[in-house]
Amino acid sequence: MIEKSLKELSQALAAKKISSVELTQLYLDRISRFNPQLNAFITVNGDKSLAAARAADQRIARGEAGPLTGIPVAQKDIFCAEGWLTTCGSKMLSNFVSPYDATVIERMERGAGLVSLGKTNMDEFAMGSSNETSFYGPVRNPWDPERVPGGSSGGSAAAVAARLAPVASGTDTGGSIRQPASLCNLTGLKPTYGVVSRYGMIAFASSLDQAGPMARSAEDCALLLNTMAGFDERDSTSLDRPSEDYTRDLERPLEGLRIGLPKEFFGDGCDPEVMAAVRAAIAEYEKLGARTVEVSLPNSHLSVAAYYVIAPAEASSNLSRFDGVRYGYRAPEYTDLADMYSKTRAQGFGAEVKRRILIGAYVLSHGYYDAYYLQAQRIRRLIADDFAAAFKECDVILGPTSPGTAFKLGEKAADPVQMYLSDIYTIAVNLAGLPGMSLPCGFAGSLPVGLQLIGNYFAEARLLNVAHRYQQATDWHRRAPAGLE
Amino acid sequence: MSLTLEQVQRIAHLARIEVSESEARTTQGQLNGIFQLIEQMQAVDTRGVEPMAHAQDVSQRLREDRVTESDRREAYQAVAPETEASLYLVPKVIE
Repeated sequence: MIEKSLKELSQALAAKKISSVELTQLYLDRISRFNPQLNAFITVNGDKSLAAARAADQRIARGEAGPLTGIPVAQKDIFCAEGWLTTCGSKMLSNFVSPYDATVIERMERGAGLVSLGKTNMDEFAMGSSNETSFYGPVRNPWDPERVPGGSSGGSAAAVAARLAPVASGTDTGGSIRQPASLCNLTGLKPTYGVVSRYGMIAFASSLDQAGPMARSAEDCALLLNTMAGFDERDSTSLDRPSEDYTRDLERPLEGLRIGLPKEFFGDGCDPEVMAAVRAAIAEYEKLGARTVEVSLPNSHLSVAAYYVIAPAEASSNLSRFDGVRYGYRAPEYTDLADMYSKTRAQGFGAEVKRRILIGAYVLSHGYYDAYYLQAQRIRRLIADDFAAAFKECDVILGPTSPGTAFKLGEKAADPVQMYLSDIYTIAVNLAGLPGMSLPCGFAGSLPVGLQLIGNYFAEARLLNVAHRYQQATDWHRRAPAGLE
Repeated sequence: MSLTLEQVQRIAHLARIEVSESEARTTQGQLNGIFQLIEQMQAVDTRGVEPMAHAQDVSQRLREDRVTESDRREAYQAVAPETEASLYLVPKVIE
């Protein structure tokens, strides 16, 4: 059952071969068995999940089921979910039971009838690439418990990889869906900025944050994205576009597909074993009828620098709301209001979050705004223009998702800059606002390697098609970690 | 460029985050490492490039000025550290 696709699970539910309650219980049992060693979930609430499963079973019995009604899903703890502890991986929200639902949660639960299994662990306020900045402790990679699952959606990635959930939600500000998908042998998609509502998704960097699906296949991602995407008037940057069926192009043949290979993604700095797996995937695509063209993203090497100005600037503004007044943690002792703010924030935020707030406060402060913030925004434009030029030559862009495989816990924790560079291939996509995905393309030793596909604006269905055809010809995405049977 | 200890303490004050002197020293080293990475940007000639504030080139959507939310004050205040008579309580600001 745990290896079945969402489509197969849906068919089993429709044929009454299994009920949603039974399926949900199966996953709750796996969570209670394996979560103590993985730490993928921060919060599990079996009663709540089973109540939702019962409602889904009734909906199926009434003949009102949608394609995913009754299927369990793990939710990243960045999404506010009514009645659920919603921590965002932080001590600051360690007592916050959300009084409302994020649009993503509302659409999945009330709209599509999915059953939330729990809230997954994550880097604090989504700031990290290893899940080690979580107040709730690091998540272990199911492929090797001594290694990180990636971040910031590390709990969602570990949960799906360990078959503690068939599918999960994630968010991606600089690579937080794609990098953990890569490190855990999953398929994950970051949609075009504005396709999925940010309402109720705790903000990190508002001009970059975007939610998306994390799953075992492109087909599963397409099905989950169908429930997540769509205009929402409660998010001022949500795009008012006609709704799409993201599964519509899955079977389209790849003959004539032009795959752009940015020369900057195939130079030094990438693990040779990762590069070998990516090159083998290119050969597979050529067998499927695609042809490759060399393209150039000449400013992509500046993306990490520009990102670490823009994202912290937006974060310093967004996180000013955590002041111990309206919700969340408040320091137990203080002298006056100013002291309450600064003690609450000193105690409530972890080290990485503080670093980024300080960077943001600095680059926005008087005398530095033009040199840093405006310069970063100008470089952001150059990076977006590079992609626009490349997409004149090709239909999709391909390269590695991450320069290496899963690293050891603690290996990069002491050096923020080394950690930041693990997102070197993913960050430019967020700056431009483009859709990008990661899919399994092989192994380096025993560790999974991810292939990144980048599409033009609103090319999600095409990306999913390109990934799906590859997954029909290969079985990397079907490999599961050992020892979790 | 390099941040001084005083600058670190000043931005921590601006950000309302209390830091001890030893924390400020550790932070100073880390921030300077990060700014070394950020400095790469300064070598790029961006004259005439329009800053890009946002991923989509769209203007702010406006809505009609009408009430769309129901009153859920009790639910929202239930998660507050301290309230009284529907007000959020903070330490006394004006004597």
